[in-house]
Amino acid sequence: MNKRIYIGLLCLTVVIALPFGTDAFLGRSWVRLLDFALLYTMLALGLNIVVGYAGLLDLGYVAFYAVGAYLYAMLASPHIGMHWPLWALLPMGALLAASFGAVLGAPTLGLRGDYLAIVTMGFGEIIRIFLRNLNITNGPAGIDLIDPIQIGNFSFGSSHSLLGWDLPSIYNYYFLFIVLTAFIVLVSYRLSDSRIGRAWAAIREDEIAAKSMGLNTRYLKLMAFAMGAAFGGISGVLFAGFQGFISPESFTMGESVMILCMVVLGGMGHLSGVIMGAILLAILPEAFRPLSQFQQITFGHVWLDPANLRMLMFALALIVVMILRPEGLWPSPVRRRELHQNDAMPASVQKEGP
Amino acid sequence: MSTLLEVKELVVRYGGIEAVKGINLHIHQGELVTLIGANGAGKTSTLNALAGLLKPASGEIRFEGELLNSSPIHQLIQRGLALVPEGRGVFPRLTVEENLAMGAYTRKDKPGMRADLNQVFESFPRLQERRQQKAGTLSGGEQQMLAIGRALMGRPKLLLLDEPSMGLAPLMVQTIFSVIQRVAKEGMTVFLVEQNARLALQSAQRAYVMEGGMIRFNASANECLSDPRVRLAYLGEDS
Repeated sequence: MNKRIYIGLLCLTVVIALPFGTDAFLGRSWVRLLDFALLYTMLALGLNIVVGYAGLLDLGYVAFYAVGAYLYAMLASPHIGMHWPLWALLPMGALLAASFGAVLGAPTLGLRGDYLAIVTMGFGEIIRIFLRNLNITNGPAGIDLIDPIQIGNFSFGSSHSLLGWDLPSIYNYYFLFIVLTAFIVLVSYRLSDSRIGRAWAAIREDEIAAKSMGLNTRYLKLMAFAMGAAFGGISGVLFAGFQGFISPESFTMGESVMILCMVVLGGMGHLSGVIMGAILLAILPEAFRPLSQFQQITFGHVWLDPANLRMLMFALALIVVMILRPEGLWPSPVRRRELHQNDAMPASVQKEGP
Repeated sequence: MSTLLEVKELVVRYGGIEAVKGINLHIHQGELVTLIGANGAGKTSTLNALAGLLKPASGEIRFEGELLNSSPIHQLIQRGLALVPEGRGVFPRLTVEENLAMGAYTRKDKPGMRADLNQVFESFPRLQERRQQKAGTLSGGEQQMLAIGRALMGRPKLLLLDEPSMGLAPLMVQTIFSVIQRVAKEGMTVFLVEQNARLALQSAQRAYVMEGGMIRFNASANECLSDPRVRLAYLGEDS
């Protein structure tokens, strides 16, 4: 028991010290990257409910992120002239995204696997194209001058001094995002071990059998879509307030794929794995950035555009991981057993008996 | 004897194809009734319509006198139907115990569930030995036992079994059938859809013979066993 308290305290210290250390050693832009990593963690945890828990492949998840972001951008900026506070917009974003999740879920209830993936992909694109073409969302130009997040009189957008430390805005956001990420982790954890979590597992395993157990699969699948979407909406609200500017280009299909990669690479259905996958993939492209400097110094010329090279390295890293560890970097014990069944189990068990 | 299930003029269609062409059947309380027939005769379609997995095109399904037509399947389960789907359909990555717990998903009475779990383990000692094992690692026969045990966990009034002998070794088929007979003897009403006509007829009290989407023949199981048409077509014997 004592040991657990110590580990908890240690984790807390690391989490609090992380932005200061990062700032000191790597520079301020890396703290910003940490903030983004946390946003992606929330997104990946939300998608994990749909893909990892209920086994529904969703390739349009970024749409819910967009819904949350645009809600905040429109109701807290000079765009329409409304300046609603976060405490109102955060639950609204979650609810609105959840209802979009249900709207997506309802017509796709009968679909599975590849077919579901195609429809959800279409849904993601439809939302993006709407945002691009509607007047109320200011079309492709997007919305800028979005209010920074504010709770009471505390504005996250400006620096504050605490005990002589000067805390710039990215630090404020870091701590806000940590709190909300912790909340989402807690909800996800409770869900996985709940009655509804077990029902999702049953649907993922065998839908017909789940139906014949008396599970209302319709309702359960809608719940998965709605809950996953709600987390997407929350991250969207935070993203808009943090970034101060959003446009449809932030919500392309590539983003959906990236979030899915985080879930799969880390270990579908396993919280620690998904968190690790999200942080790793959010930071990895940045980590490859010095490669262009390296070229400049050694060859006196940049042979490959750093942006392209980054994505190439990134793709290679993904492929290598998937070949070596198809179950993800940090999978749940169950999934690991499933994918390594053949080499882990004695021959007598492998052979299908009578 | 009261009638538990009554089916009138049931029609099941897949698009333009009529798989079940207006059949009538009934099952009394406590009976073990079998539906036999060749591949494609419409047996599974009939069963899936009864279980609510398929919507009947027309006809009546009455369970305990109440009309069930096109109620969603989770409501049927709550009313006391249990389906053991074709190909067993256990949850491969859940343990034996978790599988059994899923069978009691609609129930709220914890002590009753524990009692039933012990009952299932008593009937299937093999499952008790492997209670912590993943269902996917069980043999085919054990999976079938698990599927039946899981269905019993819902305390059904009527157990619907779809081809429990499918894909099993002959010895295991015998075991499964003795299990089914025992369950029936303990008072469960069972509707058994089967291709293995001989075994099904030996276990059941009454039988329906299905052919081309229609019921061709309906008699006590003993009569069927001695009927020359059934012997020729389904038991592979000349009379």
